[in-house]
Amino acid sequence: MTAETPPAHGAHGADASRIHNIGYRTYDGPRLGRAYATRSLYSQSLRGAYGLGRSAKSKVLPMILFGVMCAPALIMVAVAVATKADKLPVDYTRYAVLLQAVIGLYLAAQAPQTVSRDLRFKTVPLYFSRPIERVDYVRAKFAAMASALFILTATPLIVLYVGALLAKLDFPEQTKGFAQGLVSVALLSLLFAGIALVISAVTPRRGFGIAAVIAVLTISYGAVSTVQAIAHEQGGNDTAVQWLGLFSPITLIDGVQTAFLGATSSFPGGEGPSASVGVVYLLVVLALVAGSYVALMRRYRKAGL
Amino acid sequence: MIATESLSKRFPKVTALDRLTLDIGAGVTGLVGANGAGKSTMIKILLGLSPATEGTASVLGLDVATSGGQIRERVGYMPEHDCLPPDVSATEFVVHMARMSGLPPAAARERTADTLRHVGLYEERYRPMGGYSTGMKQRVKLAQALVHDPQLVFLDEPTNGLDPVGRDEMLDLIRRVHTDFGISVLVTSHLLGELERTCDHVVVIDGGKLLRSSSTTDFTQTTTTLAVEVTDSDEHPDGTGALRAALGARGVTTQDDGGGLPGAGHIVLLDAADEAVYDFVRDTVADLGLGLVRMEQRRHHIAEVFRTGHEQHGQRENHEQHEQHGHHGQPENPSGRPAAPTTTPPAPQTGGAQR
Repeated sequence: MTAETPPAHGAHGADASRIHNIGYRTYDGPRLGRAYATRSLYSQSLRGAYGLGRSAKSKVLPMILFGVMCAPALIMVAVAVATKADKLPVDYTRYAVLLQAVIGLYLAAQAPQTVSRDLRFKTVPLYFSRPIERVDYVRAKFAAMASALFILTATPLIVLYVGALLAKLDFPEQTKGFAQGLVSVALLSLLFAGIALVISAVTPRRGFGIAAVIAVLTISYGAVSTVQAIAHEQGGNDTAVQWLGLFSPITLIDGVQTAFLGATSSFPGGEGPSASVGVVYLLVVLALVAGSYVALMRRYRKAGL
Repeated sequence: MIATESLSKRFPKVTALDRLTLDIGAGVTGLVGANGAGKSTMIKILLGLSPATEGTASVLGLDVATSGGQIRERVGYMPEHDCLPPDVSATEFVVHMARMSGLPPAAARERTADTLRHVGLYEERYRPMGGYSTGMKQRVKLAQALVHDPQLVFLDEPTNGLDPVGRDEMLDLIRRVHTDFGISVLVTSHLLGELERTCDHVVVIDGGKLLRSSSTTDFTQTTTTLAVEVTDSDEHPDGTGALRAALGARGVTTQDDGGGLPGAGHIVLLDAADEAVYDFVRDTVADLGLGLVRMEQRRHHIAEVFRTGHEQHGQRENHEQHEQHGHHGQPENPSGRPAAPTTTPPAPQTGGAQR
């Protein structure tokens, strides 16, 4: 039993000398505060999005998807170098649109793990009992998810660009395309991260999160592209096709890059939105990013402690 | 350490805290109340996470309304509920939490190793926490609250879900947090027996109102009741009975430890109003050739606050208390455990060996 411990030393008397005897060391070093804690949370979440610092099992999926994302780029580069082609088989801006299924899978797997883990295991109160505020938590998680997506989508572009330079393709043209591609995937990362985080933050259940993210991304794209195709078939109503693109994340990005980043549209008929409609697209993208940030803030007002 | 001034928290339908004025100093302080008494609400306000409806509060001299961040940097918090992700190891988790408290990476690692050792986690700290027992999880939760060497920790029901041994170990640990680590503790519980053992000071709240706040020694003053336990011998197979008979023959009235609980009959209670009785009992036991297991002064229990708390604490209390000793360990005892004599600190006069 334990009766000897509590009353043995009169609680007030010999404290100071005892501390050293027992070996407890106080901490007098720096406390780096809120900004540092936010950065730590960001880097931990970003690493976590690729399974780093977690179990070997949780590295498998993100790493496979990362490989799948980069593999076509490597093949294209190899083909371009070997055949001495005068241009890459695919535009920089087009790459992410082509591989949107991979992006969707990655997002569905990693967005819930980034936010709903903390909710499910109720770790959130531990964060909020520390110097960081709600806004720091949301920003760190948002930034980490967007960065993870950017790494996923920008790395193949870098592969393509390096390959294009190795194949001695036209330097200014390639650089311009590469830069446009980077802007496009940056926008895509922000938009997709925001949408997926909001969806996953609603439920502490990871399974629901995964299903919901996949559903939102694929169903919206499936519906939009089907209706667009019908509209296009029935009398080539291209105005309708233009406006319909507003209703799914990937067609939004497609519209923006067609209007402003010199991409060729993947809309039926190849007619993307004009510059004026493109402004609407851009505004909708920005509004969605801001909206998901606000929604996350609201969500964590309730989820704290 | 903590001071509140007519602190109130009202939700649309309930009043969680009602004009609570408190002043809590260094040391281990117990915050007692039934579920829904406002304990958790109070911790939230003290961490600066929830604004008070009315009144002010300060922690470590900082106003909770304006300096929440600074307070949280110097305060630790161990929640009541589970809060550990199962797929990471205790070390990784606590390192991360240390960094979240602002410790640089190297210091975070060093402090984590130290703290986990102090709470009693060794090799298992490298394993994923999903496989931990409840006791180990509670230790990790405590470690993450201590890792940044706070000046004060809030422990919300730290003994929840632990078996008796685990609970004793946790209570010792809490005691050590103050005596060895020099960190003040505010610990909530609805088990009074626990607080009696660990706390210097106890605050009782009920329905958001302050019921009583005083030092544990005030709650648990010694009484004049003396408890004696003896061994059996070949000559006297029922040592307790023999002692009782011998004392009775010499004119000392005794009671048993009542309640009809198994084992309670092995304790002889008697009224030792004056010093000579101790010698007398010792001599009697020696004459009988029995071993004296313990001889200790009985103390009041905090639980009695709830029986007498609404009345005036008057002169007659001692008298009542004396009678109530016959009822220790009965279900009405809110501590929920039999008032095991081994858990009360031995009085200085105690003779005989501790078991």
